[in-house]
Amino acid sequence: MSKAAAQKIPDEPIDLQPVYKILERLAGEKGMLIPVLQEVQDAYGYVPEEAANAVAEGMGIYKSQVYGVLTFYTQFHLSPRGRHIIRACAGTACHVKGGKQVILRMENELGVGHGGTTEDLIFSFEEVACIGACGLAPVIMIDDKAYGNLDPNKAESVLKKFRKQAIAQIEAEEGSGGKNDGGENASGE
Amino acid sequence: MASDTSGQRLFIGMGTCGIATGAEGVLAAVHEGFDKLKIEVPIVKTGCIGMCSQEVLLDVETPGRARVTYRQVQPEMVEDILQKHVVGGQPLAELAIGQIIGEGESAYEGIPGYQDLPVFKKQKRIVLRRCGFIDPDLIEDYFETEGYKGVEKAIKTMSPEQVREVVKESGLRGRGGGGFPAGLKWEFCANAYGDQKYLICNADEGDPGAFMDRSILEGDPHAVLEGMIIAGYAIGASYGYIYCRAEYPLAIKRLKTAIALAEERGYLGDNILGSDFSFRLRIKEGAGAFVCGEETALMASIEGRRGMPRSRPPFPAVKGLWGKPSNINNVETYACVPPIILHGAKNYAEVGTEGTKGTKVFALTGKIINTGLIEVAAGTTLKEIIHEIGGGIEEGRAFKAAQLGGPSGGCLPSYLAETAIDYDSLIQAGAMMGSGGVVVMDETDCMVDVARYFLNFTAAESCGKCVPCRLGTKIMLGILERITEGKGTPEDMENLKDLGQQIKSASLCGLGQTAPNPVLSTLRYFEDEYDAHINEGTCPAKVCTALITYHITDNCTGCTLCAKKCPVTAISGERKQLHTIDQELCTKCNMCFEVCPFNAIEKE
Repeated sequence: MSKAAAQKIPDEPIDLQPVYKILERLAGEKGMLIPVLQEVQDAYGYVPEEAANAVAEGMGIYKSQVYGVLTFYTQFHLSPRGRHIIRACAGTACHVKGGKQVILRMENELGVGHGGTTEDLIFSFEEVACIGACGLAPVIMIDDKAYGNLDPNKAESVLKKFRKQAIAQIEAEEGSGGKNDGGENASGE
Repeated sequence: MASDTSGQRLFIGMGTCGIATGAEGVLAAVHEGFDKLKIEVPIVKTGCIGMCSQEVLLDVETPGRARVTYRQVQPEMVEDILQKHVVGGQPLAELAIGQIIGEGESAYEGIPGYQDLPVFKKQKRIVLRRCGFIDPDLIEDYFETEGYKGVEKAIKTMSPEQVREVVKESGLRGRGGGGFPAGLKWEFCANAYGDQKYLICNADEGDPGAFMDRSILEGDPHAVLEGMIIAGYAIGASYGYIYCRAEYPLAIKRLKTAIALAEERGYLGDNILGSDFSFRLRIKEGAGAFVCGEETALMASIEGRRGMPRSRPPFPAVKGLWGKPSNINNVETYACVPPIILHGAKNYAEVGTEGTKGTKVFALTGKIINTGLIEVAAGTTLKEIIHEIGGGIEEGRAFKAAQLGGPSGGCLPSYLAETAIDYDSLIQAGAMMGSGGVVVMDETDCMVDVARYFLNFTAAESCGKCVPCRLGTKIMLGILERITEGKGTPEDMENLKDLGQQIKSASLCGLGQTAPNPVLSTLRYFEDEYDAHINEGTCPAKVCTALITYHITDNCTGCTLCAKKCPVTAISGERKQLHTIDQELCTKCNMCFEVCPFNAIEKE
């Protein structure tokens, strides 16, 4: 379970207001550590160290408990991630239908492996055990949308098309002057 | 003739697989078509009907006539369908896969009825009976199909004991894999002492190759809620959790809607149906850990801890969530409950075999023509599933093996295709019902590679708490990796068998106790393939890259595509001349094989 190689963590201090709001809403009930961390990750796109510490303090539990949970579940990320998450299915059905070749091609195109994030912070790439769309194997998911019946060539063109759109979207956002703080697009509803 | 569209309905399959194949584009095209033709017909967004390979599916229903299903619908086909069928009343038989002929409805000529389709003929749909037919977001659709009648019967006319008796009598066994009798499990929990009891639905469907729970949740979420409400009543639980994988966003969304609607209508909440039984439900999203499918690990995860299993006893029925008596069943098990209560134990037990009553849902995937979701009576043979329902193997290749039960299960060879699928005969054959994944493999699949694949999965997913699983799976994986790299030694097979047995008997939870199954079953039925890898240095299926080489045949036209694409520039040749691969440089990445338009790349 190698986490992404150390990403450049933004220098400016992190605004913890979102964490306090989440804690206020959820921390009252028992057993809410995982939902709290899930929402923290939704807010920042990953779980920053300061936020994890604030959760421990706010819930009155040890930091080690929080880190224990963060490192146990594959869903949690401790470093910034790309705007869009690509999940390549490595499930059984995908495996026997050439999913491995699709994964190799994606890694080749992106220049990062499992758990990695592209330098431009557009994509994070991960292999997942099964998306549950086995009838369409091999499958990848970009954010919450699945693309099925792929082969390496098709996967490459899906990726290229998506990257183009993503870049256009970023340019439009920057052009319109609307400053979007990162992370907002990192997880879809 | 009939240009009146009143009473007509359109159905679009909007499960995960439908959306992945482009259902949203088809939906947009339908709206465009409405504008153009100046018509407006209600659209029902259904869950998955199970025919994944035929998606996108679009149905047209006309009052008094059969409902016609169109398959592999592309946006550009939509206008034609609307114009001719919806407006003109004349279906396009060549685009249709079948028609559903209801009572008193007249069929169309030239389109087969569903009951005659090979895919459906051998199926027996109880759990999936609504999937693909109703709008999962509308509680009215559920009411129309006997929805919540089971709860009403249970609460208004039966005592909790009577409900448990019926479930016991039905012979229903847990569909999550273990196959423990559900009624008995409920009784243990009902009889346990505790002021508060919990009911849990395991929707952490982690087995790669299984997606029946996802489809049930997406296609018929109320059925799961209804089963849980009945179970809650039967054991005296007032609070329930549905633990669902975060990887299933659509299922979670549909569940949330369903819970809100059930609360609104008084099937969840305080004093359900005027009784003194109160029951509330809550969804907990998993955070990505396969081991959380194990019941004690799942409860640790709900409590907000690392999802690690603990040794049993005490069983969850006595000491479960927050230390209180708890009952855990999976999605499919709960979905079986309402028809059992409504139509009686006998009715349910008529289907199936002696030891396995009722039906089982299977996810049919791999090298098979009709991939998708099917439901058959327990006791149906593998052969019927693969060759009749599944339509046989892709591209006419030979059926080699079926992997049943995911990482906990085993591979059955083609000569055991007559095996009846039920809990007990599968265990005898070295496989397992598991959650119901059936991955079909043909002669181009290497069984050693498949075993390595599963061990790679379980070794990564082992939570690390107990040594036999944590280290044992790693050592087995190491041996398998060596074998697939052509570095196996003759004693490897014995070592694998030995180690496998020890891990099975010494591991703490179900993950470790079943992890060696894929290896042991392939060793049992495909020893010759292990032998070929170890002693002859060949991979008969030409999968293990270390044991194959790539060559260019005379089919080569010199188009230079492979040379351009080769990431290590191992391919050389003049334009319009036969190309060659430098074996020293080749990394066997398979790129040339994939891109060659002339099938000129050969593996040896």
